[in-house]
Amino acid sequence: MSTPDPSPHAAEGSLPGSGGDALAARLRAIVGSDGLLVRDDELFVYECDGLTLEACRPTAVVLPETTAQVAAVVRACRAAGVPFVPRGAGTGLSGGAHPVPGSVVIECSRMKKILAVDAENRTAVVQPGVVNADLSDAIQHLGLFYAPDPSSQLACTIGGNVAENSGGPHTLKYGATTDHVLAVEVVMPDGEILRLGSPTGAASGLDLVGAFVGSEGTLGIATEVTVRLTALPEAIETLLVIFPDVVTACRAVGEVIGTGLVPAAMEILDQRTIAAVEDSVYAAGLPRDAGAVLICELDGAAVSLDPQVERIREIARANQASDVRVAEDETQRAQFWKARKGAFGAMGRLAPDLYVHDAVVPRAKLPEVIAQVCEIADRHRLRLSNVFHAGDGNLHPNISFDRRDEDELGRVIQAGGEILAACVAAGGVITGEHGVGVEKRDYLPLVFSEADLDAMRRLRAAFDPDLVCNPGKAFPTTRFCAESNPKARGYDQVPFE
Amino acid sequence: MKEPIKELASVYQGTLDCVHCGLCLTSCPTYLATGRETSSPRGRVYLMRGAAEGRVELTGLLAEEAHLCLGCRACETACPAGVPYGAMLEETRAVLQASGARTSMAARLERGLLRNVVAHKNRLRAVVGLLGFAQRLGLDRLAARLLPASLRDALALMPRVPSGPDRAPLPETTPAQGERRGRVAFFTGCLMSEVFAPVQQATVRVLAANGFEVVVPAGQGCCGALHAHAGDLEHARGLARHNAAVFGRDDFDAILLDSAGCGAAMREAGHWIPGEGDAMASKVRDVCEFLDAVGLRTPTGRYDARVCYDDPCHLVHGQGVEAAPRRLLRQVPGLELVAHANPTRCCGAAGTYNLTQPEMSAIVLADKMDALCAADPEVIATGNPGCMMQLAKGVAGRGARARVVHPVEILDAAYRTPA
Repeated sequence: MSTPDPSPHAAEGSLPGSGGDALAARLRAIVGSDGLLVRDDELFVYECDGLTLEACRPTAVVLPETTAQVAAVVRACRAAGVPFVPRGAGTGLSGGAHPVPGSVVIECSRMKKILAVDAENRTAVVQPGVVNADLSDAIQHLGLFYAPDPSSQLACTIGGNVAENSGGPHTLKYGATTDHVLAVEVVMPDGEILRLGSPTGAASGLDLVGAFVGSEGTLGIATEVTVRLTALPEAIETLLVIFPDVVTACRAVGEVIGTGLVPAAMEILDQRTIAAVEDSVYAAGLPRDAGAVLICELDGAAVSLDPQVERIREIARANQASDVRVAEDETQRAQFWKARKGAFGAMGRLAPDLYVHDAVVPRAKLPEVIAQVCEIADRHRLRLSNVFHAGDGNLHPNISFDRRDEDELGRVIQAGGEILAACVAAGGVITGEHGVGVEKRDYLPLVFSEADLDAMRRLRAAFDPDLVCNPGKAFPTTRFCAESNPKARGYDQVPFE
Repeated sequence: MKEPIKELASVYQGTLDCVHCGLCLTSCPTYLATGRETSSPRGRVYLMRGAAEGRVELTGLLAEEAHLCLGCRACETACPAGVPYGAMLEETRAVLQASGARTSMAARLERGLLRNVVAHKNRLRAVVGLLGFAQRLGLDRLAARLLPASLRDALALMPRVPSGPDRAPLPETTPAQGERRGRVAFFTGCLMSEVFAPVQQATVRVLAANGFEVVVPAGQGCCGALHAHAGDLEHARGLARHNAAVFGRDDFDAILLDSAGCGAAMREAGHWIPGEGDAMASKVRDVCEFLDAVGLRTPTGRYDARVCYDDPCHLVHGQGVEAAPRRLLRQVPGLELVAHANPTRCCGAAGTYNLTQPEMSAIVLADKMDALCAADPEVIATGNPGCMMQLAKGVAGRGARARVVHPVEILDAAYRTPA
């Protein structure tokens, strides 16, 4: 795609630091003036992704359109001794696309071509900037879809999904991104272009695709991804089950999974989440007086669904559910999902900022951990909402706050640490699908020993020995300390009012 | 550190609702065209907050982006947090205007034309009459060779101006036909009543055919939408005040319009002039929304054509009206309503945008025409004068066969043709 610049920005611009002018000139030679952003206020906009805390302005942003351009940009950065940060749509919640000081952001949003679709073999080859939902839309007429469906799927990109090994509601049945990536073309941190995996998905040699997916941009930049496509199910039933509270809903979920049923998705929304969503453009008629609702989706052969729906009704009733509604048609089903997927953004109605946690606990521990999480938030006087992938045991405690309130911010961070500790104590892990990024890097020692971390560091060094590709993410920066001083974590003081 | 901008206080309140989720990104035509976060709704909201907090310059990138934004408000339809983006954009443009950031010749010309011609019925009528005269003499083609590019584009967008008798003012009262169902006021607007007079005549006939007495209150003025979009909120407020007084003189069941842009602006009147504008704003309805709500009388004739309905942004995103026009068209015997990709995405007209940002407007229009040409309609229906002109230009540019009409023209034809 060649885009004429509609608002010609300053044609010339230089980068700070020694050699900045030379790097700017080199980058401009690669991507053109239209593909290079260096002005202060342009860089300001790129200082964060879906995590608005711990922001940091980059030195430049480049928008390449081809693999060759990405490789050339990487080589230019290497020659200038400058670190670089790959970015998709900037919807990540752990700060995986946050710039680090002096870095060049490599924004892949213009690499949005679907290069090939092989319906017979159910694969597609896409550029990293292809939007997740656009891929499914483009292949729907072939009876296929791309299964991983993060809540941000209307905006997030396949490249970003690969970096974070993104999940989504349907991960329960279909698996996360790693289960759907067959091969990746990677621009290595030295600018070399490698192809990992094979288009058939048959593994020979070490599983480097497995290592790459979920590496949070620290092993290289994906420039072409071969993904597995999935046949659309013959039939789908979506249930909305009304519970008096989150804990009973969690118990019902555990019981459903315990019977051996494999629903496509099981999502719980608590009362505060329901209210936020019902106030929004994504209102789906969820009952505001419910303590919690469970969205339970079943798919597969049409004849197989009715007995499953009946079984779930029975379990729901036995667990104090007051009602089980079945989506009447595709429109209502879509409404339920839009409500679920718009929940994060809808919480903007509750407070200016939102801290979305992401931890996984064994399903059997869900009721107990949820109760603990609520207690922690109450004790710190914080507004907590829960909307999560219950079937996977993947919690998303959301804390609404205002970063301008320094005291509240401190309590948010303190509570976050306690929530993660509680999840780990229950046998869980500190991220299910959002990645470690900058947000959780210092919590890694909660789940990994120094030897574990060292093994990961050595793997990373095999790809990126000089630590220039998305540095500062996914690995602890210092020895572990549950730092709760907002200033020490780089939060901005805001001068307004 | 720059100074915080106190004048952006209300904008700043809006920015606090954004938690940076990014669901707006792919709804935004300028983000899709550029891939730049800076040219996305989320990026622009971030810049607004940054300027309000004194972290970025008011008159730098924010000023550029506030004018590169189409103001289509598709991001509002996508935003789960309900960020009132359209109002924030207008307010930001007004602050920029007041700061003297827009002093270019073009900006001053636009403001002058909007204040001194568009807002005055008689002057606009005289200018449009002259234009029609010139068109009939072929002088417009001569002028097109002599004028600078931006004015040439403006002329190219202009449809053939109807001759004088066809632009005759609408009767002040048109009686209901058949069983009387109510009495409504009709807001005629500026451009619609001059250049699209036949559409307005069709609107009145369709309403009458549906049992409504139609009153066109004397003394009504321009809605102020174009002024507000251009950052002249002060003038827009004055116009809204005037209209609130005119339409407040009588009690109507509804105040109807056939221009989506005017409708969205009239509905904003409560926001522009709190208290004074609420009564008027609460009665404003688009003609299609109204007919759908009261129930359309089944057309007696036919309209045999393959039709694509393209949503005007200020109807679907500005007023939340998406299904109503489609439901009306489906009731027309003979009409085949065909879907095209992204009907709710902007066509690039966006008020005066196609004149002030011709390059981006052309990119956005190209996407729209790709989608429409793939569906290959005989007729494209859309309910806003700017969109009708822009799509007609797009159709001509592609050499496509489609005619561009207002949905009420289809309804009117279906009432008037024999079965």
